[in-house]
Formats: sequence, C-alpha cells, structure tokens
Amino acid sequence: MSKGFFVDTTRCTACRGCQVACKQWHGNPATPTENTGFHQNPPDFNFYTYKLVRMHEQEIDGRIDWLFFPDQCRHCIAPPCKATADMEDEHAIIHDDATGCVLFTEKTKDLDDYDSVISSCPYDVPRKAADSNQMAKCDMCIDRITNGLRPACVTSCPTGAMNFGDLKEMQAMAKARLTEVQKAYPNAKLCDPDDVRVIFLVAYDPKLYHEYAIADAQAPRQMTRKSLLAELVRPLRRSGSRLFG
Amino acid sequence: MTNHWIDLKNSDVILMMGSNPAENHPISFKWVMRAKDKGATLIHVDPRYTRTSTKCDLYAPLRSGSDIAFLNGMTKYILDKELYFKDYVLNYTNASFIVGEAYSFEDGLFAGYNKETRKYDKSKWAFERDENGNPKRDETLKHPRCVFQLMKKHYERYDLDKVSDICGTPKDLIVKVYDAYCATGKPDKSGTIMYAMGWTQHTVGVQNIRAMSINQLLLGNIGVAGGGVNALRGEANVQGSTDHGLLMHIYPGYLATARASIPSFEEYTKKYTPVSKDPQSANWWSNFPKYAASYLKAMWPDAELEEAYGYLPKGEDGKDYSWLTLFDDMFQGKIKGFMAWGQNPACSGANSNKTREAMAKLDWMVNVNIFDNETGSFWRGPGMDPKKIKTEVFFLPCAVAIEKEGSISNSGRWMQWRYVGPEPRKNSIPDGDIIVELAKRVQQRLAKTPGKLAAPVTKLKTDFWVNDHGHFDPHKIAKLINGFALKDFKVGDVEYKAGQQIALFGHLQADGSTTSGCWVYCGSYTEKGNMSARRDKTQTDMQANIGLFPNWTWAWPVNRRIIYNRASVDLNGKPYAPQKAVVEWNAEEKKWVGDIPDGPWPPMADKEKGKLPFIMKPEGYAYLYGPGREDGPLPEYYEPMECPVIVHPFSKTLHNPTALHFATEEKAVCDPRYPFICSTYRVTEHWQTGLMTRNTPWLLEAEPQMFCEMSEELATLRGIKNGDKVILDSVRGNLWAKAIITKRIKPFTIQGQQVHMVGIPWHYGWSFPKNGGDAANILTPSVGDPNTGIPETKAFMVNVTKA
Repeated sequence: MSKGFFVDTTRCTACRGCQVACKQWHGNPATPTENTGFHQNPPDFNFYTYKLVRMHEQEIDGRIDWLFFPDQCRHCIAPPCKATADMEDEHAIIHDDATGCVLFTEKTKDLDDYDSVISSCPYDVPRKAADSNQMAKCDMCIDRITNGLRPACVTSCPTGAMNFGDLKEMQAMAKARLTEVQKAYPNAKLCDPDDVRVIFLVAYDPKLYHEYAIADAQAPRQMTRKSLLAELVRPLRRSGSRLFG
Repeated sequence: MTNHWIDLKNSDVILMMGSNPAENHPISFKWVMRAKDKGATLIHVDPRYTRTSTKCDLYAPLRSGSDIAFLNGMTKYILDKELYFKDYVLNYTNASFIVGEAYSFEDGLFAGYNKETRKYDKSKWAFERDENGNPKRDETLKHPRCVFQLMKKHYERYDLDKVSDICGTPKDLIVKVYDAYCATGKPDKSGTIMYAMGWTQHTVGVQNIRAMSINQLLLGNIGVAGGGVNALRGEANVQGSTDHGLLMHIYPGYLATARASIPSFEEYTKKYTPVSKDPQSANWWSNFPKYAASYLKAMWPDAELEEAYGYLPKGEDGKDYSWLTLFDDMFQGKIKGFMAWGQNPACSGANSNKTREAMAKLDWMVNVNIFDNETGSFWRGPGMDPKKIKTEVFFLPCAVAIEKEGSISNSGRWMQWRYVGPEPRKNSIPDGDIIVELAKRVQQRLAKTPGKLAAPVTKLKTDFWVNDHGHFDPHKIAKLINGFALKDFKVGDVEYKAGQQIALFGHLQADGSTTSGCWVYCGSYTEKGNMSARRDKTQTDMQANIGLFPNWTWAWPVNRRIIYNRASVDLNGKPYAPQKAVVEWNAEEKKWVGDIPDGPWPPMADKEKGKLPFIMKPEGYAYLYGPGREDGPLPEYYEPMECPVIVHPFSKTLHNPTALHFATEEKAVCDPRYPFICSTYRVTEHWQTGLMTRNTPWLLEAEPQMFCEMSEELATLRGIKNGDKVILDSVRGNLWAKAIITKRIKPFTIQGQQVHMVGIPWHYGWSFPKNGGDAANILTPSVGDPNTGIPETKAFMVNVTKA
C-alpha cells in the first residue's frame, strides 16, 4: 500500500522537532547560520536540510498571526523531477512502487542538467551539493518506513501536526480535519491533495505560508523546454521501459 | 502542578499567562491541543505574540510586570458579577474567616510595616479566634471583617479602566478574557492556569501566583479535573530538586530549616507543628515531628534526635540566604569557596557582571559539569585579566543524565525511574559518586581532628548511600528517601521489622524508629518494590475518563494524581462535574473511588469523621486571605523595581516595599537614559544557559545568535533595520544582539504614553560559539521577590541603539 503524510499546519507550534529529528536520523551536518532578523533558520532548504519549518508573520483581518509550514518534498503522485531526470538517467531518481517515495540517488551527481530537475519541482524542494551536481531532499525515511517505523519527523511531533500512514488513510484524515477546521477558518484548504503524497492543510491562503506551498497551475515555476518535453514524452517512456525492462 | 500534564486535556478553558508553553514546554501542547479538540477555549496573555499565541482563541498583550493588575481586575470582576462558585467558596475556602482588628490596608501598605527593616509584623494580619483557637467564621459572609468583605474592599480599586491603563491591554480584550475564563465558575466547568517563570521572576512573583490562586478558588477550580494551579517545570527534575530541599528555607519534604534561635529538636517541632481543635480539620502538618525525626534519622541513624538536631547547620534569624544575597556576600569577599554544581551562574544569575566579579573574590571554585562553561572559565572571560585573579578553579567532569540510573520527578509530581543508557565517557563519573567520594574524604580528614564540629560529618551514615563496592547506589538512596524501620515496631495492626521499607508516610514515627529522607516520597519504594519503575496502563473506566494512570510510575503524595481532590465533590461526596469526576464517595461500600483521595475519611456531611479538603492548612480551608507571606495577605499591585512610570493607579506605593534589593545598587525608574522595558525569555531550541544546546549543532543552527525582538515602531524610532546588530544598555552593563523586527510586539499605551518593550533570550554565553553573544543577565538587576529571592529578570529598563 503506498504511503502518505498529512501535515496539519493548524496544529503546528513550530517547535522544529521535525527539522532537527530529520537531520539527526540522516546524520546530516548543521549548516553554519547567522541570525539575520528571522527565526526561520537555516533560511532555506539546502543539500543537508530536507525538512524546514517556514515561519511567516502575517496580518490577517487586522490581527497578527504567525504561520508555520513544516516544508518538505511532497512525493508527487507523478513527480516532474523524476520525469526530467529520466531524460538523462532513469536511475538517478527512483520512484518506489511500494511506498510511492521519490528517492534521489547518488547518481543525481552525474546529471548534467541538474538545474532542470530543480526547476521542474513545483514546490521548490531539491537542492544541489556545493561541490558536485548531486541533489538531495526528503527520502520519506524509506529505511525507517520499510522497517516498521514512522519517519523521524513524524515521530518527533508532539501535537499531531505531522502524520504518516497509508495514503488513503491520510487522504481521509485530511478531508475529515478540513471539515472540522473550516468551521473556524472558512478559507481553510488542502494543498494539491490529489497530486501529492504529502498533503498540507492550511487555514488561510497557502501563499501566506510559503510562496511554493501549492503548485501554480497557471504559471509553471520555471518550466524549461526540456522539462516540458519530459512531461510530454513521459507516458511513452514508461511503456517503453516496460517493454524493454 | 496540583494536577499533571495529561489532565490539561480535561480543561474547558486554559489560561496561559506568565508562560509560553508551546515554546518552552512543547510536549504540554499535545494535551493543550486535545483540550482544544474537545472545544476548550485557549487564552494567552503575554507581552509578545509567541508560538503559543498562534494556537490560542484569544491573545491579549500585557506589559511585562503588570500581571497583578490584570489578575486582581479579574478577582473584582468575579466578585462584582457574582461569578464565583458559592458552595465551594463558603465550604472550602477561608472566605468566612474573621480577620482581627489589627489588620488594615492603606495606600499600598498593609498593617505592621516597618520602614527601617522593610518588613511586616505579620501578627497584625492574624485571624480572630474563639476559645478553642479556631478562627471565627461568619457563614453569611456579611461580617465587615470577614475575608469575603475585606476582599470586596481590597479589590474595588481594580476596575477595567485602571487595569487597562497600567497593563496596556485594550479594555475589550480584558473583558473577553475575563468572560471566557470566569465561565469556569460553574460547578461542572473547569479552567486551568499554566504559568512559569513569566510569573515567578518578578519582585511580586509569589503574589502573581497568589492572585491567580485566589481566582481559581473563587471559581472552584482547584482539586478538579482540568483545573488546578500548574507551575510548568521545564527542567526535567526541577520538581524533584524542589521536593528534595534544593532551596534555602526548606529541607527535603518541605520541612522548615533549623534556626540558631531554636536550640532544641523539641522546640523546633513545637514551632513548626500547627495545632487545630476543629474536629473536621485533618491538619496534616500535625505530623511534622514524625517527618522531621525520620529525616534526621536518614542522615544520623545512630544519634539521638536531640543530638542529630544539634548537627544541623542553623540559619540566623533575619539573615537572607537566597541566591542574590549569597552572590552579594561573595562579591563582598565574605565567601571563600564555591561549588558550582550542575549550574552556570556566570550566565544564569541576574546581574552577570556582578556575579562574575564576585567569583574573582573567591579562593577556590569547584565546577562540576558535563562541559566547561562561562562559570569555570570566568577568569578568562570578557573584561577579565587572568593575572589579577587569585581564584583557583577545579573542574570535575560528571556523567550526563542518560548515563545514570535513577529517578526524575516531572511537573505532575510523577517520580519516574530511568534505566542507565550509554556508559559515561572516560574520566567522568556520576554526580552521586562525586558526592560519595567527597563525603568520604572529608570524613577521613575530620576523623583526625574529632570534636563538636566534626561529628555532623563523621557520623553521617554514608553506608546508606553505597553498594557493596562503595559506589553510589541509586536504589539504596531511593529506599532511604522512602524510609525504612530502624527497629521493630507496630503501628495499628501493621508490624515492622528492622530494615523493612515503610509502606506509607502514615507509618513514619516521631520517636526515631524510622528513616525517611523525604516523607512526601514515602510509598515510592516499598517492600513491593520500586513503584516509580512501574509501566502498567491498567485503570478503571472512571480513571480512563480523565486520563489517570495510577499504575504508571508513582506520584507523590501517596500516588495521588490530582491534589486537593476532595474539593471536587459536594459535602456528600458527589462530584460537582460528574462528566469528569476525580473522586466519588461510594456510600454503600463506604469508600472513595477514582483517584487516591486526600485522606480516607468520609465526606464532610459526616460531622464526626468527615474532613475538610485543604488538609495542608491547619484549619482545612484554602486561603483566599493568606497571612503567611512576606509582602501581604492579599496580592497588591506594585511596579517592577525598574519601570517606565513614576505612579500607578492603585496606591502611592510604587514598588513592593519588601522586595529584596541592595540599596547601593542604582535602579532605573522612569529614567530617560533607559527608556525601554526589557524582558528575558527562552526559545524551544535552547535549554537553560545553552550549555548543552549551544554544543548541539542542529539546535545552534536553528537559533545561532543572541537576538533582540522589537516592534516596527521602535525600530523606526531608532533607525534599526531587520538583522542589524544592536547594543542594549542597562544600569549594569551592555551587550550586542541581532535585531528581529516583528509585528508580534507592539508598543503599549500606558497612562496615555507609548511605551516600548524589547525581548532577549537567555541562552547565550561568551565561550561558545564565537559569534553567539553573551548572557542576557548582564543587563538584569539584583532585585528579587521577598519570599523566594527569585530575581526580577522579566521586567527591567534598557536602552537600545544601532551598533
């Protein structure tokens, strides 16, 4: 059964347990940071930061609010990064059938056009290493989940903002919670619930939380000619690989 | 906590004030959110909009240090609108007690104030008593000197306009908070208060908590599920260290310390053993002699009680032994040696520059810690010249908590046994072993010079602390804390043989037949084993209903999970809130069900055997009017010792007239050089002075540097841009910080004037990381609460300029 996350931002307190647990499990080093006038730190994803709690102060209806968005890879149902990378090497990015995990492998370092892979992501997630073309992002803790554990970020969450389980179960949980939250926040919505395995629930306009909280259907982020082409040929390549695989 | 973490979920309204639980007690929010899921209203009253505020239904800004105005305003609101729980107030509180004629209150001062000593003669506040010594009561609550009427008079000044004017909280928000919270005055509703150092770290710290406790009593919120007065303990074992006497004025189990003016054990026990002739008062402290004797016997089992009492160090009357005074003594060269054990005073104590200079006056210091810190390395810190410092510093590396077996007591008083994790690193040993080794060496040394002063140490029974190999043994210590029989004896039908563990504190003896290192923990390690190691989720349906797990670890006292729970039922033992009952009297079987009740007696309707619920008070009633504190029997508004105003609307007495302070140290009151209020606080990502977390790269990455949060308005005023380096100055020193300009802080309107506040975190120190910044306490004043000595680090005055 394929897997999914439900991220309920209305329960998130930005304790950043998920951000730290992710680094701890992956053995990723801390990046040198400074306080530049914001609590959000590191300021953005990087090669060693797969999980980042984004924090935005917003004035909504004349009242201050502080919106938290524990950002990560959405593990798209049809991942454009994979489609783009496949143009060069089908093994650079793996889409695991059993879990639905989109996994960046070491082979991403051999991709010449890493830029297209990065810019194909509607959620601005993958990041490149400083000293090679290798790219990295959330791996769904595939080593944990295939051994009966929950992802590190979910385990660390005290409030139930981070949830993990079978995709159908997460979709149902997201819908049920949305109905509940809409009683207090009529504009609450789920972010691209049909396209992703990591479903975010937000109380307000997703753009208030993060520029790339939802995919922008009208204006693709930076669709290169190459990634557009990749999208077009994808079904063909799938069947092709099945034929010869 | 009177209650416990899980119990938060039972609340109808949760008031978070003087705390920031989402950031500083993140796990509490698991239960806070459960309450919210069930429809509870969450309220945050705080100078800043924080991560806690984001989850609340109501956020009300309040100028740091003005809490008593807000809380007393609530009391007035409750009294005026008769929102109190009448039966509870009449039957369970001292509202009906008549106060003696000597009591008075005028212009911010209570009766008995002595200007010279800055102390009160508390006898002026005493109750009027009948021929049996019981307080006189007027159950109609109409007597002009009954507590209820005195309160009406005392609180009448705290109207909404004045409260709003001094707190800077908009009036409509005050009313919203009062209305939401006071709705819990209905018998079947409960409201809880989650507070922390935002209330304690003021010169009115104790009265902040008194003020809210009074509201909780008026609303009938103590002893009930989802209620109580809940101090949030952030350090895993702060509750345990408090229980075990890590304070100046009490021994383990909250026993008063010995004084030079009390020459014998007999007089000591007489002084601290209250008497009540009311048959309905359990007067639990009447057991004081049993607990005190058992404590002495835990240390000196071979000495007679009078002899053992003689061994105790005695405090001098009128001499203060709190933190600030100790460091002032050190600063004056009166203290020669200092053991800094598991702490970092160079950063953690108020007025760091004074603290650090004081350390330079020492002959020696022993620093026991898992890392070197700003304390052990004070001599090479900023502004220090190692060549001119005589202090010899010894560093003893100790094992980390997870490398040791033992117990911790959490905020809900649960004693939880922990198994040993990884081996300690080479050359570091558990603190217990350091203490054992130290004791042995001092004993050996003193054995060579026997005499009166040597006996307390040489006769200390260290055999009780160690295993067969002479190493510290946490199980033996836990057994000693529980207590065991020193000789054969019988109590009721129960027979004890020498060496047997005592089953409950009711069995402890006043004649020296028993030991108990801390009587409240008696029952935790019995002949049945180590109760705190239990991990059994078995519970009755009634217990499951309120999230009570009586077989999971052990809670003091006697595994009671919600204390004063007999106040949750009516005089016949029927729960006021049947849908979340804590205890209930089963009349057929003549026993209580649910939680462990505060004593086995039947409900109060039984005039012969029934007992009042507040068993730790001599009279059995909770104290609305509390004549025992240093600064008054009722909470009164005073400004912080450093403040932005010269008058306040409630009296002409500007500051707490009994506050701990040092007259020679200047304070900034309405001083144009220091125009802004500053408050210190914590972030989720760091712990304490940051010694552990600054050394954890992932946490340092998230909060890497000292910062100063300020409003957009103040930033504009000072020409500061987000991320700029700024300098903060106070009377005592200065430090740099990175500016975080935020909409989450707004200027306050106080007495018609715009008043700015800035906030800085507490976690940094000069030693590491290199560009992390230094201690917030460089700015904070050496002033403190008169009852506890806790410094006022939440509200003081600074200037802020662009670096």
